[in-house]
Amino acid sequence: MTAMEQSSVALSGGKRRSCIDRRKLTERVIWTAGIALILAFLYIPIAVLVAYSFNASRSLSWPMTGFTLDWYRRLAENDQLIEAVWNSLYVATCSTALTLTIGIPAALALHSINFPGKAVFRKLVLLPIALPGIITGISMLSMFRLLDLPLSLETVIIGHATALLAVVVTQVYARLQRLPVSYGEASADLGANGLQTFFLVTLPNIRSAVVGSGLLSFTLSFDEIPVTFFLTGRDNTLPMYIWSTMRRGVTPEINAVGALIVAVSAILIIMSVLLLRDKNAVR
Amino acid sequence: MSRARSLRTALVLSPPLLWTVLFMFVPYTILVVCSFWRAQFPLFVPDFQFGNYLTLVQDPQYVRVLLRTLKIAALTSIFALLLAYPYAYFLVFKVRRPGVRLALYMVVVAPLWVSYLLRAYTWKTILGTEGVLNSFLVSTGILDEPSSVFLYNQAAMVVTLTYVFIPFMVMPIYAALEKIPRSLIEASSDLGENRLATFLKITLPLSMTGVVAGFTMTFCLSFGDFIAPVLVGGPDGLMIANVIASQFGAALNWPLGSALALVMLVIVLGVISASDRFERLGKGTLS
Repeated sequence: MTAMEQSSVALSGGKRRSCIDRRKLTERVIWTAGIALILAFLYIPIAVLVAYSFNASRSLSWPMTGFTLDWYRRLAENDQLIEAVWNSLYVATCSTALTLTIGIPAALALHSINFPGKAVFRKLVLLPIALPGIITGISMLSMFRLLDLPLSLETVIIGHATALLAVVVTQVYARLQRLPVSYGEASADLGANGLQTFFLVTLPNIRSAVVGSGLLSFTLSFDEIPVTFFLTGRDNTLPMYIWSTMRRGVTPEINAVGALIVAVSAILIIMSVLLLRDKNAVR
Repeated sequence: MSRARSLRTALVLSPPLLWTVLFMFVPYTILVVCSFWRAQFPLFVPDFQFGNYLTLVQDPQYVRVLLRTLKIAALTSIFALLLAYPYAYFLVFKVRRPGVRLALYMVVVAPLWVSYLLRAYTWKTILGTEGVLNSFLVSTGILDEPSSVFLYNQAAMVVTLTYVFIPFMVMPIYAALEKIPRSLIEASSDLGENRLATFLKITLPLSMTGVVAGFTMTFCLSFGDFIAPVLVGGPDGLMIANVIASQFGAALNWPLGSALALVMLVIVLGVISASDRFERLGKGTLS
């Protein structure tokens, strides 16, 4: 082979490689651009929400007019809003506690007890996950009305606990399924009774699912509209207050509430990720 | 021992059973019964007649709302799928570092923790006549004057609902794609199939359970939504949930509202059971 032939072979090989490289590069660019677009679609609205909470002018238009904390100051002075926040905290705390006390036994029952009507029970408990909240809302409203029960924050709590049951049951049930049966058996062999086994063996092992679904229930309840809309009396929760303000028009005060909610959510997300990582590290 | 055991079983079982009977079974039953009642001052009188259902069939406005709602929910699910599938595919097959993958996954799921109401509201502020998009387009000279085409129409609703519910599409598709053994894809390319064929014959069919689960979730959630129509839907954007809400509010016709809610319930249950059947079918062919 002459030197020229050799170099031509090397050249064509190089050419082919660069051709493949270029195709890979184009593909990579297209993927990155597509993913970037999707992320922009997801996050530009949130950025807009937060950015305009600091905008000096009342109208939400481009360009922004200057920096102010005025909208936050107004929030701090808004008694109705603060009351709504307290109401929401009350509702979310109670309904989370309630839904956990009912949901954990429900998951245990679905996991390890056979009883007549189990299939119906499972369907009924899991229904609200895909069922529009409005149906839970109006069916409970009709019942409370027939019972002549006045609507209040407590009826909202009952509604939320019912709607969120599915969240707790699915997560705890999934965790229980991955728990080796031998744990419970070993505990029983060592003389523990059922209650001891539950609190000393089962519960610590499903802790991450309980905490995770509890946090999720709390957030969902704090944010809930469709059930609250029908079941609340004169007291407003935060979303209901925001909703009624929103219907009157757009104001940067809502953006300020939104920015605060985004901040709190971000903290919760980071907390739950850390929690998840701890669990993985232990295992 | 066995008595103690059955007592314990009863103790575990009774709270959830009582709760589901009292707050799910009874209310749903009342809803069914109420749909046969008659609206009369102050609220309703017990009866057994099909008048409410007849109204729903005969009055064209209800059929129209129902069809519109189905259309919006279907479009939302399709758009969410078109965005979510490539995204999940990218995460599973293109991202090598597990840390980056987790981060990109969390980035999509995280908005679920941010108030749903505010995520819908922010689109109202973006798309409005005096909103961010309009003023941006005017200030850059693309538009001469603010346009009203962005807000208060069905497109705005589809965009908003897609935005709000897309995490529910990404999660199951990601889970399904992640479960596909890499060896299958390698085997396919070793056997000389090109990447498109591999995708169409291996990846796509094996991820269908995730697609169906995501589609079902997104469809049902947007089908029952009544926030987005009010915020961005405009006068002819009302969906079925808004009509139900108004029957229980201003229109004060609870029996008709109950009947409408039952129609909604039947459709949702139909979609769910169809997707369940599909899932079982898929498992059958795999094993």
